[in-house]
Amino acid sequence: MTAPRTTSSTGASTTRPQPGPPRDYRFPFFERIVLDNGLGIIVAPVRKLPIVSAVLTVDAGAASEAPGTYGVAQLTARMLLEGTRTRTGDMLSEQFERWGAAVGASADWDAAMLSMTVLAPHLEKAMSLFAEVLLEPAFPERELSRIKAERLADLLQLRTEPRGLADEMFSRFLYDASSRYASPEHGDVASVKSIDRAAVERFYQARYRPAGATLILVGDVGVSEGVTLAQRLLGGWSGGAAAASVVRDAPARGTRAVHIVRKEEAPQSEIRVGHVGLPRGHPDYFPAVILNGLLGGLFSSRINLNLREVHAYTYGAHSSFDWRRGAGPFVVSTAVKSDVTAEAAREILLEISRIRADAVSEDELTLATSYLDGVFPIRYETTDSIARALAALTVYELPNDYFDNYRANIRRVTAMDVLHAADKYLHPDQLQLVVVGDPAVIAAPLAALEIGPVSVYNAEGHPER
Amino acid sequence: MQVPIVTFRLPNGLAVTLSEDHTAPIVAVNLWYHVGSANERPGRTGFAHLFEHMLFQGSAHVGANEHFEIVQRAGGTLNGSTWLDRTNYFETVPSNQLATALWLEADRMGQLLPAMTQQKLDTQRDVVKNERRWSVDNQPYGTWWERLPALAFPSEHPFHHSLIGSMEDLSGASLEDIAQFFTTYYTPDNAVLSIAGDFDPGEARALVEQFFGPIPRGAGKPPLPPMELPAHFGKWDRQVVPDAVMLPRLFLAFRSPVFGSDAHHVATVLAAILGTGKGSRFQRALVREREIASEASAFLFDLAKGSDLLVADVTARPGVSAETLESEVVREIDLVRTAGVTDDEVQRAVALLETALVSSLQSAGDRADKLSMFATYLGDPGLVNEQMERYQRVTTAAVSELAREMLGEDNRVSLVYLPAETSLDRGAQAEVGEPVGAQR
Repeated sequence: MTAPRTTSSTGASTTRPQPGPPRDYRFPFFERIVLDNGLGIIVAPVRKLPIVSAVLTVDAGAASEAPGTYGVAQLTARMLLEGTRTRTGDMLSEQFERWGAAVGASADWDAAMLSMTVLAPHLEKAMSLFAEVLLEPAFPERELSRIKAERLADLLQLRTEPRGLADEMFSRFLYDASSRYASPEHGDVASVKSIDRAAVERFYQARYRPAGATLILVGDVGVSEGVTLAQRLLGGWSGGAAAASVVRDAPARGTRAVHIVRKEEAPQSEIRVGHVGLPRGHPDYFPAVILNGLLGGLFSSRINLNLREVHAYTYGAHSSFDWRRGAGPFVVSTAVKSDVTAEAAREILLEISRIRADAVSEDELTLATSYLDGVFPIRYETTDSIARALAALTVYELPNDYFDNYRANIRRVTAMDVLHAADKYLHPDQLQLVVVGDPAVIAAPLAALEIGPVSVYNAEGHPER
Repeated sequence: MQVPIVTFRLPNGLAVTLSEDHTAPIVAVNLWYHVGSANERPGRTGFAHLFEHMLFQGSAHVGANEHFEIVQRAGGTLNGSTWLDRTNYFETVPSNQLATALWLEADRMGQLLPAMTQQKLDTQRDVVKNERRWSVDNQPYGTWWERLPALAFPSEHPFHHSLIGSMEDLSGASLEDIAQFFTTYYTPDNAVLSIAGDFDPGEARALVEQFFGPIPRGAGKPPLPPMELPAHFGKWDRQVVPDAVMLPRLFLAFRSPVFGSDAHHVATVLAAILGTGKGSRFQRALVREREIASEASAFLFDLAKGSDLLVADVTARPGVSAETLESEVVREIDLVRTAGVTDDEVQRAVALLETALVSSLQSAGDRADKLSMFATYLGDPGLVNEQMERYQRVTTAAVSELAREMLGEDNRVSLVYLPAETSLDRGAQAEVGEPVGAQR
């Protein structure tokens, strides 16, 4: 069970227990087939509780939008639930919710997803409505104008929401204007305003095709039951594959720069530091994941311990690679008390340089490898989380044994792999520093760091000059 | 659907709940201490939460920052949170690491104070001040979660004051406060422990007895000021807050039956009818049909003492004034109050609540947290297994009756956020003004 322990004067155990061997775990078994119309089907029976999650992925993400139509992917996905040929949006939500079905539709960069979680006794009828929503959307004008207005309200709110504003401005300053990634995932004011019903209909016709789409069913459902259901409801969906989309992910500039977005009298500065990262399909994905975990991905990472536990500049600091089909951003994010903005930025830059200079110790390496290895089963407790993992498997064209090999791939990463990844994929000379804060307090100290040219913008991103 | 439950109590008063589930090799450990911001003394607002941070700073046999590192190295997830009337600490770990998780929790319950230093306190005080800036001061509408309780509870009531605390009070917190709070409230007889997931019950019990058994019982905690409140406010208070926001937002709150009562289940269904899902009243009427709101929901605080709060949270569409927003939300409330709800609406709300309950019980951590909640507030973790049936028993007549009884004008507070023109005007002027940045 556990190692012998000593006992202190209070009677409590003073020695940390040693773990026994871990019990085996396998990612849930799933069956994957392709229907005659090209639609992929994945069924993963997980019989713990009487519940099922369904996710349908379509190759209709924001990265497939044509210039001038940015936002159409999200609007189209949301409009699926706003009416079919025979039902209004109100009737749809009334019907889904009478069965207790939690339904959502949205688009990210790489795919549109229709998702649902429902108690097993309601699965069949709820799936039939799910299929109707997917195959027979009506795109009513009035609902489109309402959903556009909701997006515009979100964009308006962003001007006083420093976290979201910092994220958006970071993307804008990071990528070349020709890149889809330079604009907001769900569209900007001008593009959203310009999208009409015909544009949504065109996008739907062009992108919502069975070839390239996958239906994933996870939970209290058998393989043959799931496949039969999918075949009956979606077997008649027709149309060839959508045109392949290529994402441009070129950076806006090759040298460092500081971009301050004005928020008067801000008590904190929202900081984003980074550059264009790596695509999801990159062969060094696992070393990059470990590198990020040690640099800023974990609570006990270098950047969080430095900025939070040593300097108390912040409530938290973290780094991430945003994995997409194209090269998404690598970014360090934090919010710090305004008067230590430059100090915090300097520490972030130092940590990025430091992890490129020397190999991490074996002990530090295992902080990330043993965490990612051990936490693996905890990530797949719910039908919804399993379905989303399988969705990523299809969207990023990962092999069927990806999850079976995941933990070994994590454990295989060495300290030298991490050092090489840091050297090759972190670019201190290309870092873009975006700060939403008060220029009166932060501009001069940031300039004194001599990172690069400092520019100031208003909350809409227009240069102040 | 029943969650297996075994309970026992150690001689020192620690109440323990075990719930086995061997579908995956993981186990959740969850501790609720029955102390929250309500227990803070005057001049120490925010202390319960600051104290929660200190519990991650090590204990007699755990170094500074080691708690997080040990759990993460073990492949676990962890955190803690502070609420008005409780503080919880939790981790989910691979099942072979159960002993480590229990040992860590026992070490800090039994022997926190040897690890406390002025430097750790000063650091966490600054971290928490930054948490306040991040979640309240620099966030649009961020003050709502201290303004609304301040408006809804009388000034002498334990739920009235700020949970995150004022900067001044945070500055005042001392190591003596830490020692006193720890000795008074962080005792086994003021805590419940839940373990859910893949474990052997005999082994788990032995570990709990071994690690927690030696920790002495507390001397008892001082009584809170009286919590009881009249069922209604007796008036309609309003507070209007100009803020750095773009759109008006209304929080309309009602006193409502406390967590654990039959009437609380009825109130939960009422809140779901008003504001959960696209088929809710608010979504249908305010967002979709009349296009008054860009976002609209309703929820309960789930408070177990004094009075709960039912809150309508509605953000205006651009171009809609705060006055219109409030009158339209009130119109929907009055409609429910006077005309009642329908069978279909109750069925919809109960179905959504059932799916949400089953969804959350899939996760060992959520399951353990629910067990701790029922054990802490109501002394019976087994109540988790009655929730579904209790929702199903809620009748249309009961919901309509509760709406009539609690949604009246004598039982409302309004917290209204308005765009303060100043900050935006300044931003717009800067566009044509002098360049501010140092151009290099």
